[in-house]
Amino acid sequence: MLPRRAVAALAATAIALVLLLNFKTASTFTLPTSAVVGQPTPGSTSAAAQATDPAQSSAGSQSASSGQGASSGGGANGSTASGSGSAGSSSGGASGSTASTGGALKNGQYTGAAVQIPFGTVQVKVVVQGGKITDVQPLQMPTSHAYSAQISQYVGPMLRQEVLQAQNAQINLISGATYTSEAYAQSLQAALDQAA
Amino acid sequence: MGGSPGPLRAPFHRVEHIMGTAISLDVREGILDARAVDAAFARLRDVDARFSTYREDSEISRLGRGELAEADCSRDVLEVLALCDDLYRTSDGYFDARGYRGATGPDPTAVVKGWAVEEVAWMLQEAGAARFAINAGGDVVVRGGVAPGRPWRIGIRHPEIVDRVAAVLLVADGAVATSGQYERGPHIVDPHTGRPPGDLVSVSVVGPSLTYADAYATTAFVMGIRGLAWAATHPGYDAYGITQDARVLTTPGMDRWIERTGAAPVDSPELFRIASAQDATTGAMGGEDPKSSQQPEHE
Repeated sequence: MLPRRAVAALAATAIALVLLLNFKTASTFTLPTSAVVGQPTPGSTSAAAQATDPAQSSAGSQSASSGQGASSGGGANGSTASGSGSAGSSSGGASGSTASTGGALKNGQYTGAAVQIPFGTVQVKVVVQGGKITDVQPLQMPTSHAYSAQISQYVGPMLRQEVLQAQNAQINLISGATYTSEAYAQSLQAALDQAA
Repeated sequence: MGGSPGPLRAPFHRVEHIMGTAISLDVREGILDARAVDAAFARLRDVDARFSTYREDSEISRLGRGELAEADCSRDVLEVLALCDDLYRTSDGYFDARGYRGATGPDPTAVVKGWAVEEVAWMLQEAGAARFAINAGGDVVVRGGVAPGRPWRIGIRHPEIVDRVAAVLLVADGAVATSGQYERGPHIVDPHTGRPPGDLVSVSVVGPSLTYADAYATTAFVMGIRGLAWAATHPGYDAYGITQDARVLTTPGMDRWIERTGAAPVDSPELFRIASAQDATTGAMGGEDPKSSQQPEHE
């Protein structure tokens, strides 16, 4: 029971990484997030506009080194799996129109390349509205194995976090388990406070 | 610190370190006397002086050592202890600030911050702050939206990656509190076992009052997955939990808070809704006895 759970969790991490990679390699639409972040919507307050700085720097570094973007995207447990992930991802681009690199994303739905992973095929669609990635939808997820449905469950939040991170310039506050005064200095909330 | 008397015009921002954490106030609209803002922070320092278990001379410390009778405690302390007692009853003993199961004096630390910050929010509102947010070490209260027609965007911190969020909640007026064990080590223990709770990494509770959002988040975290459903039995409150195995579980009403700007995925599996009501509920009930275990008879 327990080992199996652990295996499922690990597999899920791998899949998430593949998805993220697919995301990044799949084309221009992925991490122009920095471009999105850098362009506050008209009418947003100056505080919100300034708040982009911390996020922009991290998002910027990701897109700058697109080859290594996955390692930061996958978090602590990502680094090992990232190699195989990038090997597996196809070079196929988005089937939708490519977004301009400098400006905001064009509205529309972008379909990523289908990626083969040991459990089956993974493919996602990205929805862009108002120049922002507003949703990520799975088009194909592995369903062949008995517990692959269970695995699929784990993928969602990881993938979604990646998207949310790109947009956190517009976040006003962060709720998290109580941080100490010391920990505050490194918190995202501190960054928001400084930007305001 | 001490501002000179006179009108303080939004937007302004202030951060102070009180209760062992950073308290930040972000006022976007309203004009209020600088002294009212000072008074708000002073109130938090006063509460800390009364309740801190780190201070030898606090009322709570003196109460714990038996130097002070409960009847002689301040109204503040009595009010918070009453809140703790209510929670003890309604949570089936999972929230145990009194140490009924062994500890020495009462330790209401888990609810004091939320209770105090909620009060301070009302103070600021009465003083003229129209749109503002307070983040007290990760526990958040907001008023009036960030701008006309726009709710505050509150990120729920990712439990493992400091600079990421796991979700964004949209709240115009209300509170979000998060309890978890990714910082400060295992400072929360299950009173039934004396050990840190097992299956959740963090719990966030959203609802009208920070007093209760904070209390329910702490309690739900101790209870574990079934605590999410328990928190949501309180009208107006919903819970969002992240499990040790990286799943996200939410109570049914959570959907109205979580930002989902994209078109609803019509033809694709609802991958991101792992979340669903059923998960939280079945997780809570886990094939054991139904409702009775979550809703103690008293309420």
